[in-house]
Amino acid sequence: MKRLGRIGYLILIYLFLYCPIAVLIVFSFNDSQYSLSWKGATLNWYRVLLADGQLLRVALNSLMVALCSATLATAIGTVAAVTLFRYRFFGRRLLYALIYVLIMSPEIVMGISLLMLFVAIRLTLGFWTLLLSHTTFCIPFVVVTVLSRLSGFDRNLVDAAQDLGASEVQVFRRIVLPLLMPAVLAGWLLSFTLSLDDVIISFFVTGPGFEVLPLRIFSLVRLGVKPEINALCTLMFGLTLVFITLSQVLQKEKR
Amino acid sequence: MKGDLWFQRVSVGTTWFWLAAFALIPNVMVVAASLLERGDRDFIRFALSLESYRRLLDPLYLRVLWNSLYLAALSTLTCLAMGYPFAYLLARVPRRYSRLLLLLVIIPFWTSSLIRTYAIIIILKTRGVVNNILLWTGLIQAPLELLHNDLAIFIGLVYTLLPFMVLPLYAAIEKLDPLLVEAARDLGAGWLKTFARVVIPLTLPGIVAGSMLVFLPALGMFYIPDLLGGARTLLVGSLIRNQFLAARDWPFGAALSVVLTAVMTLLLLVYARSRRLAYRGDLP
Repeated sequence: MKRLGRIGYLILIYLFLYCPIAVLIVFSFNDSQYSLSWKGATLNWYRVLLADGQLLRVALNSLMVALCSATLATAIGTVAAVTLFRYRFFGRRLLYALIYVLIMSPEIVMGISLLMLFVAIRLTLGFWTLLLSHTTFCIPFVVVTVLSRLSGFDRNLVDAAQDLGASEVQVFRRIVLPLLMPAVLAGWLLSFTLSLDDVIISFFVTGPGFEVLPLRIFSLVRLGVKPEINALCTLMFGLTLVFITLSQVLQKEKR
Repeated sequence: MKGDLWFQRVSVGTTWFWLAAFALIPNVMVVAASLLERGDRDFIRFALSLESYRRLLDPLYLRVLWNSLYLAALSTLTCLAMGYPFAYLLARVPRRYSRLLLLLVIIPFWTSSLIRTYAIIIILKTRGVVNNILLWTGLIQAPLELLHNDLAIFIGLVYTLLPFMVLPLYAAIEKLDPLLVEAARDLGAGWLKTFARVVIPLTLPGIVAGSMLVFLPALGMFYIPDLLGGARTLLVGSLIRNQFLAARDWPFGAALSVVLTAVMTLLLLVYARSRRLAYRGDLP
């Protein structure tokens, strides 16, 4: 009886977490504009999405920002994690603290602080400001992912390589990077997902000339529920599902 | 070697440059802006003033702050009450299932909160799932207005933020040695006492971390109250946004952000303290 109650509670919470998403997905295939009742399966709403040229351009914007910022954030984040792990230098503790401030600080505060910076240095709000902002909020996630893999890192490997005459660049490229690869890839996938989904920071740092998908969804949702939005959200959820599962598998990989 | 030093310098330099330029300086700018005056053309005039902070004391804004803190705290407590037993059971699930079950919590954790908020709208709207079920069972005669009120914001916050509570709790509870619980029981402590004196103190870092991850976004995610709430409830996230995009009062918006950051810092200190307490163990 007790066991049944426990399993029941677990199921209840999973239902709470997944029911709304499941309903969203099911209705993206429902052949009816308004009604909640099931009128048969259709791919019509996905067709409507694909026919919307403007929406496709916005989606392309989002993909471009996500690709570029995930790559940049992964490069900088990996270097930062290795630097924080291997070297002792001025301000190391401050940089550690800044990483955690970036993770913890409310997104809205990061959004307005970056907006202030961009306005102060007179950067036009658009692709570049989005790229810089997304890279910034993705870096700490890469750093944390890479650092967690570094925690099991055998420093003797570096010493051995150096004794054999390897330079720092060679140590990084031939020893450290290959060992960190799963974490680096996981960090990239996380960054890509984060960038693709971000609403709040993008809201502040992009201009009217460069719209991204989450902001478009936000303005569409404000107008009400529509089957096309169901389809769009289902696609985005599917993408997240694949990326996060992949990144989890990579992080769990045996060291 | 010369090349080695060069590599190290570039690495340290890149890390320093990026974090200084896009984390340190912008945050300093927010604090600075909150202490300046509002300008006509350039948003900010370079004259020191505490006007923005004085305005925060206006009953109108105090009310907004109070409402936001109240709603955020209520959501946090609800997530904790729902999430703690869940995380506890999850941590005790047989190995075979635990990875899949954990992944099922991680997926909503990373799924866009906007999409999940939209899903809630589908469930709660006038002709939505909940209303249809209630109508069908005959519990109500006419659809209820479930959206556009504080309850909807509350449900939305709990729904989107629950995974943020569960994951840190799970991490803390998984580390808890079941033998300690058994030992306490063998020594004659009842369930309640074991829970209060052994389980809670040892999982405190998870409780505090989860609470922070729920509480802070609950204050700042302006799109949840925007989409689910009514026109009458203004929360601090929306207020900040309005200062930057509609009212153009940057110093006031900055002051609000400073208050939000101060709340965060306070919580971080509590967190650091709870970790120390947990590591200190059961010394008197």
